[in-house]
Amino acid sequence: MNLTDSALLNSYSLYALYSAMAVYALAFIAFAIDLARRSSAVGAIEADLVEADAAPSAVSAASAGSTLTLKRPVLSRISARMDNDAALPYGRSSSLRVGVALTVLAWALHLAATIMRGFAADRVPWANMYEFAMTGTLLIMTVFLIVLTRSDLRFLGTFVTGLVLVLLGVAALQFYVEVAPLPPALQSAWLVIHVFVASLATGMFALGFALSAVQLLQFRRENHVAEATTASSGPIASALRLRFLATLPSSATLENLAYRINIIGFILWTFTLMAGSIWAEQAWGRYWGWDTKEVWTFIIWVIYAGYIHARATRGWRGSRSAWLAIIGFSAVMFNFGIVNVFFKGLHAYSGL
Amino acid sequence: MQPKLGLTGWLRWFWRQLTSMRTALFLLLMLAIASIPGSLVPQRSSDPNGVTQYFADNPDLAPTLDKLQAFDVYTSAWFSSIYLLLFISLIGCVIPRTKHHFQALRAKPPTTPARLGRLSGFTTQAAPAQTDARAAITHARTILKSGGYRVARFDSDTESSVSAERGYLRETGNLIFHAALVGILVTVGFGGGYGFSGQRVLVEGQTFVNTLLAYDSFNPGRFFDDTTLDPYTLSLDDFSVSYEQQNLQAYGQPIDFTADVTVTPKGAAPEPGVVKVNGPLRTNGTSIYLLGNGYAPTIQVTAPDGTVVFSDSVPFLPQDANLTSLGIVKVPDGLAEQLGMIGFFYPTQDKAASGANFSSYPDLEYPLLTLNVYTGDLGLDAGVPTSVYSLVTDTLTRQTGGKTGVASIELKPGASVELPNGLGTVSFVDHNPAASAAGDFTQSVPRFASFDIHHDPTQIWLISFSMLVLFGLFTGLLVPRRRLWVKATTRADGTVHIEYAGLARGDDPALEAAVTAVADRHLKLLKSHQTVVTTPEST
Ligand code: HEM
Repeated sequence: MNLTDSALLNSYSLYALYSAMAVYALAFIAFAIDLARRSSAVGAIEADLVEADAAPSAVSAASAGSTLTLKRPVLSRISARMDNDAALPYGRSSSLRVGVALTVLAWALHLAATIMRGFAADRVPWANMYEFAMTGTLLIMTVFLIVLTRSDLRFLGTFVTGLVLVLLGVAALQFYVEVAPLPPALQSAWLVIHVFVASLATGMFALGFALSAVQLLQFRRENHVAEATTASSGPIASALRLRFLATLPSSATLENLAYRINIIGFILWTFTLMAGSIWAEQAWGRYWGWDTKEVWTFIIWVIYAGYIHARATRGWRGSRSAWLAIIGFSAVMFNFGIVNVFFKGLHAYSGL
Repeated sequence: MQPKLGLTGWLRWFWRQLTSMRTALFLLLMLAIASIPGSLVPQRSSDPNGVTQYFADNPDLAPTLDKLQAFDVYTSAWFSSIYLLLFISLIGCVIPRTKHHFQALRAKPPTTPARLGRLSGFTTQAAPAQTDARAAITHARTILKSGGYRVARFDSDTESSVSAERGYLRETGNLIFHAALVGILVTVGFGGGYGFSGQRVLVEGQTFVNTLLAYDSFNPGRFFDDTTLDPYTLSLDDFSVSYEQQNLQAYGQPIDFTADVTVTPKGAAPEPGVVKVNGPLRTNGTSIYLLGNGYAPTIQVTAPDGTVVFSDSVPFLPQDANLTSLGIVKVPDGLAEQLGMIGFFYPTQDKAASGANFSSYPDLEYPLLTLNVYTGDLGLDAGVPTSVYSLVTDTLTRQTGGKTGVASIELKPGASVELPNGLGTVSFVDHNPAASAAGDFTQSVPRFASFDIHHDPTQIWLISFSMLVLFGLFTGLLVPRRRLWVKATTRADGTVHIEYAGLARGDDPALEAAVTAVADRHLKLLKSHQTVVTTPEST
């Protein structure tokens, strides 16, 4: 491609990326409003309950009154089960729909930005930190949107748009580099496969992380509820600030969902590790050399293996295994954000 | 009082602890934590210069860390003991589970529970009229069998049922996964012992014979037998580099390195080959990797009487992205004194404001060679091996540059200059004087490539075990293991009721859907049979 075309395309890519960030920010606000409305809806129901002096188990669609309407039969079996599972039913929410619509729009802009960057550079758009971040967040968002078609995880919208926004912001401000050709060390089909699958795994782990975090909060709420019921003290909600949790699936359901998503992430990560060592063998003549990046890929792999075992170990199911998923994703972020930039090693491809 | 445990009792207790899931988890988490220090502190295996530097920067801390094996984390006693314990635990875990699994594979599915109502996906239906309970269960059995279930049927006067189980592949996959991990560990542990790796620098035009002595450095594995080296020859015919010249953001960045080589197996015809950065050449049981490259200026030293005492293309090690390169020339014989030279080569020479030379572009646009001359005892006769890439100047007398008052030697390709003290002449040989005369220096200086040559007979095993690991993960994590029951009960009024239910063993999101699907198919089949059977009777 000729250079002026490339530069032009790259500047379009930047415009698209900044627009995507702006729309993600709006989506974030819409999702946040939804959480706030969930909290106030829960507050309203509880006020009703106190008035009617009803036991918490008596909550029904009828007592929810006009503020809430039961949802139509939803997308799939899993989501149906999840909805039944929430402590309090929560009706259709316009801000939730707006949030999803904005997210899809932002995702389309994000996709366009990434594709244009790829064409501007005449190769896959993931060869330096800026590009990893752009493609990686695109994949996080893609995974989220695909999962949405199968189960209703829209309540994670605040988290996912927030995370993507922060990562894109850092990428655009700190990691931005001009289009440059691939150095010989990166000219390999394995760049396409290895980095792509790693980003996909990261998308899975991000969702798994969010579900585990909500699971922990939900578990805490459930304990409070249990205590409040046994102690028959006043309104449950007064003990808690995050009242919207009552409209989300139970901690057990969240745990199962997190597990399903994390094991897919783990399989992809295992593949990433293997593909990486095949590539290392071709490029450096050894498949494994405990290079810092290799070390951290291994550490992440072992943490998630621990997570899977924890789920099968008595006393480790539930909150403890959730903490492992959270530590695992923190290690993924550390590997991307800190190891790439500050640690010395053969993987010096941040482009900075 | 507690009963006393004998030695075997203790051993059994210890073994049970070690092979428990809790211990496996603990050891896995320990392994993750123990891997961290190796990423914070440089490691001898991957970054020996970093370790040297670390010792220089932290003279107090480094020896203590060294005692803790912090510079060899991944071979340290503590790291090894964690993973060895983990793998012993794993083996102790997998063997009994494998035995158990073999038994489970031969066992019949369990009897149908008396009450299915509490199980997952419970569905109950009145069968179409005139359905026979036993026949209905026969149909159910067929459906389940074709769905990959293993089945057992149970019949009594009023009740027939089929108990089905599927998903043994889940446990099979899990066991294969763990066993393949052991395979990988063993292969990695012993694999390196059967191979070798060696390094060799070749200047364009040079040839190397794959024998022990021809290597610049050679690291055999413990079990490697040197006499098995296959003496093929490898010649570097041409080394070409292309640089980015359009994109100003990346001007001068190398975009391709290609080594064109010829490989001649013993007693066979020569074959051309190519070695690239991501493309090793696999030949004669070895893999040849391109590790580095640079310039090898051809330098000639002539004694005052005209005898050539040194003539070689000397590989100069690149010092920066624009290939400012550093090289050493040692001339021990033939001159009045032993001669050592430290040279800098600038492929495209430029001068900074300070007057210092630097290279502004990595290709040969305006090459310049500078040499600083030392005389004295080079220390080559002491029998101590010395690197060809370094010159110990402590015992030598400096003749040019520095405080000597004599300017350093500067040579363009094709030029010659007198050495100080009438020692002789030094020339920078031009490999294509005609082109250089026309201003094109790109052919004037040969390049060198450094090759890493490996032989590792175990890689095929590693790949195979890795495939098994992936297969085991896919099946062990994603294949659902479930039980399913279909029960037909004949009521007092002669009607038949059919119940369906399932039970997940492990994580199984699709269980209810599976039960419903079986129920739907079954009822459809019953209905179709009903029409087939009843039609002739009614006519
Ligand atoms: C190097 C050490 C180990 C690693 C990396 C590892 C990794 C894994 C992984 C990835 C899984 C899920 C994959 C599958 O189910 O096919 C798994 C499952 C399992 N592992 Fe390991 N494992 C290790 C050692 C052990 C040990 C020592 C034990 C026994 C004490 C063990 C017992 C199990 C069991 C019972 C499961 C099934 C868990 C479930 O059903 O959810 N593993 N392991």
